[in-house]
Amino acid sequence: MKPLISVKNLTIKKGKRSLLENVSFELVRGEAVSLIGPNGAGKTTLIRALIGTLKPTSGNIKRKRGLKIGYTPQKLQLEQLMPMPVDRFLSLSGENNREKRREMLVRCDAGNLHNARLADLSGGETQRVLLARALMRKPDLLILDEPTQGLDQPGEARFYALLNEVRSETQLAVFMVSHDLHIVMAQSDRVICLNTHICCSGAPETVSNDPSYQDLFGTRTGLALYQHSHTHSPECNHD
Amino acid sequence: MIDDFLLRALIAGIIIAVAAAPLGCLVVWRRMAYFGDATGHAALLGIALAMSFSMPLMLGVIVITTAMALTVTFATRHGTYAADTILGVFSHSALAIGLVAAAVLPGVRLNLMDTLLGNILTVSNSEILMMAAGAAGILLVIAFFWRPLLNATLSPELLVAEGGSILRDRLVFTLTLAFFVAISMKLVGILLITAMLILPAAAAAAISRSPERMVVFTAIIGIMSVTGGIWLSWQADIQAGPAIIVTASFLFVLLNLFRRK
Repeated sequence: MKPLISVKNLTIKKGKRSLLENVSFELVRGEAVSLIGPNGAGKTTLIRALIGTLKPTSGNIKRKRGLKIGYTPQKLQLEQLMPMPVDRFLSLSGENNREKRREMLVRCDAGNLHNARLADLSGGETQRVLLARALMRKPDLLILDEPTQGLDQPGEARFYALLNEVRSETQLAVFMVSHDLHIVMAQSDRVICLNTHICCSGAPETVSNDPSYQDLFGTRTGLALYQHSHTHSPECNHD
Repeated sequence: MIDDFLLRALIAGIIIAVAAAPLGCLVVWRRMAYFGDATGHAALLGIALAMSFSMPLMLGVIVITTAMALTVTFATRHGTYAADTILGVFSHSALAIGLVAAAVLPGVRLNLMDTLLGNILTVSNSEILMMAAGAAGILLVIAFFWRPLLNATLSPELLVAEGGSILRDRLVFTLTLAFFVAISMKLVGILLITAMLILPAAAAAAISRSPERMVVFTAIIGIMSVTGGIWLSWQADIQAGPAIIVTASFLFVLLNLFRRK
C-alpha cells in the first residue's frame, strides 16, 4: 500500500540546535499512530513539518498526491476582539451546508455549542469543535496535537470511541501527540517514541519493552508512568 | 447649501472609511496595530523620495511602504528580538528617517503639518478618483481572499494544513495595507493612519457577533467618524484628521459603555 505520507531522514535545525535529527517513518491509510516523548523532544516541530509550516533543514517529506489533512491545534490564538460563532468557524473549513455542520457538531459531542462564541469555550469544548472542523473536510489523515487536554474522563472515552468509529468507516489515518501513556498503549496500532531522534517505534507492546523507552518513561506501567510526567516536565516543580 | 470642498472631503472620507473597515478588523484581530504604524510612518520617506526624484507621490509611497511592510514581516519572523521591539524600532526609525529625508533631499517641498495630520479639505476630484480606484482594489482583493485571511488569523498552522499558503496571506495583507496608506494619508495624515484603522474596528468589536458583521459595523462607525470629524473641523476651524479620530474615540467610548454583555 502506498503510504499517505513518508518522512525520510528529516532533520530540522534552529540555529545550531537540532530540533529533529534523522527522523524517518511512514503513515499508511487506516492506522492510528501515536507520537510520545518528553517535553522538548520535537513533537510539535515534527507536526509542523508534517503540516508544512516548517521546512526541513535536510531530508524530505513526501505526501501522497491530493492528500487531505485534518488538523487540530493544541489551542487557538484567538483574539478576544474577534467575534466568531462556532458555526461560522466550522463554515470556514469550506463546508457550506449548515445541516451538515450541525450533524458533525452533534457527532463530536458539541451539538449545544452551535451558536456559542469560540472565544468563550473551555479547553475541552474547543477540542471537540476543532475535531468537528477537522473531520468535516473528510481528511485522509488526521493530525491531533494533544487532543484530549481539558477533556474529563468520560469525554476522553467518547473522544476515542468517535475516532475509532470514524476510522473504521473511512479508513482515515490518525497521527496523534499524546501525554497519556495508558491511552496511547490502548488506542494505537503503532507508537513512535521521539527524543529529537526516534528512540524506538513499533507496536505498543514492543515499544514498552524497549530499553530506550524504559529509559525515558520508566520500566513499569502504572506508578512508573506517573513518575515520568514529573521528571520530564519542567513546569512541574513540586518534586 | 453645502460647500463643494466639504462635499468632496466627505466623499473622500467615506471612501477611505469603507476601505479601512475590513483591513482595520484584520489589524485588530491579528494584534498588528504597531505593524500598521510602521507601514504608515514609512510613507513619509516615500513622499520625500518621490518629490526629490519628481515621481508621482502615490507611487513613491506604495513602493516604500510595501518594502517596509515586507522587511518588517521578514524581520519579525526570523529575528532574535521580540516582534514588539522590532516593530517599535522600524516604526520610529521610519518616521525619523522620513523627517530627515524631507529636510535634506533636494526638491522636497512639503507642508509637514498636512503630511503628518492630513488635509482632506483640499482634496481634488482627481484625487478622489484615485482613492476610489484604490479602495475598490483593496476591497476586491480582500473579499476574494476573505476565507483564507480569516483562517490565517485564527491559526496559521490550520491554514497550511488545509492547503493554504502563509506567504500568500502575508502578501495580500501587506500589499493591501500599503495601498491603504497611500490613499488614506490625505485624510488623516501618516501619524493617524493606524488610528483610522483600529479605532472604528475596536469600537465595532463591542457590538459585533460575527466577523462579517464587525466589518459592516466598522464601516458604519468609520463613516460616522469621518462625517462628524469633518463637521467638527468646519465648525471649530480645526484640522480634519485629528477631528475625525477624536470623533472615532468618542464613539469607541460610547459603544463600550453600552456594550452587550
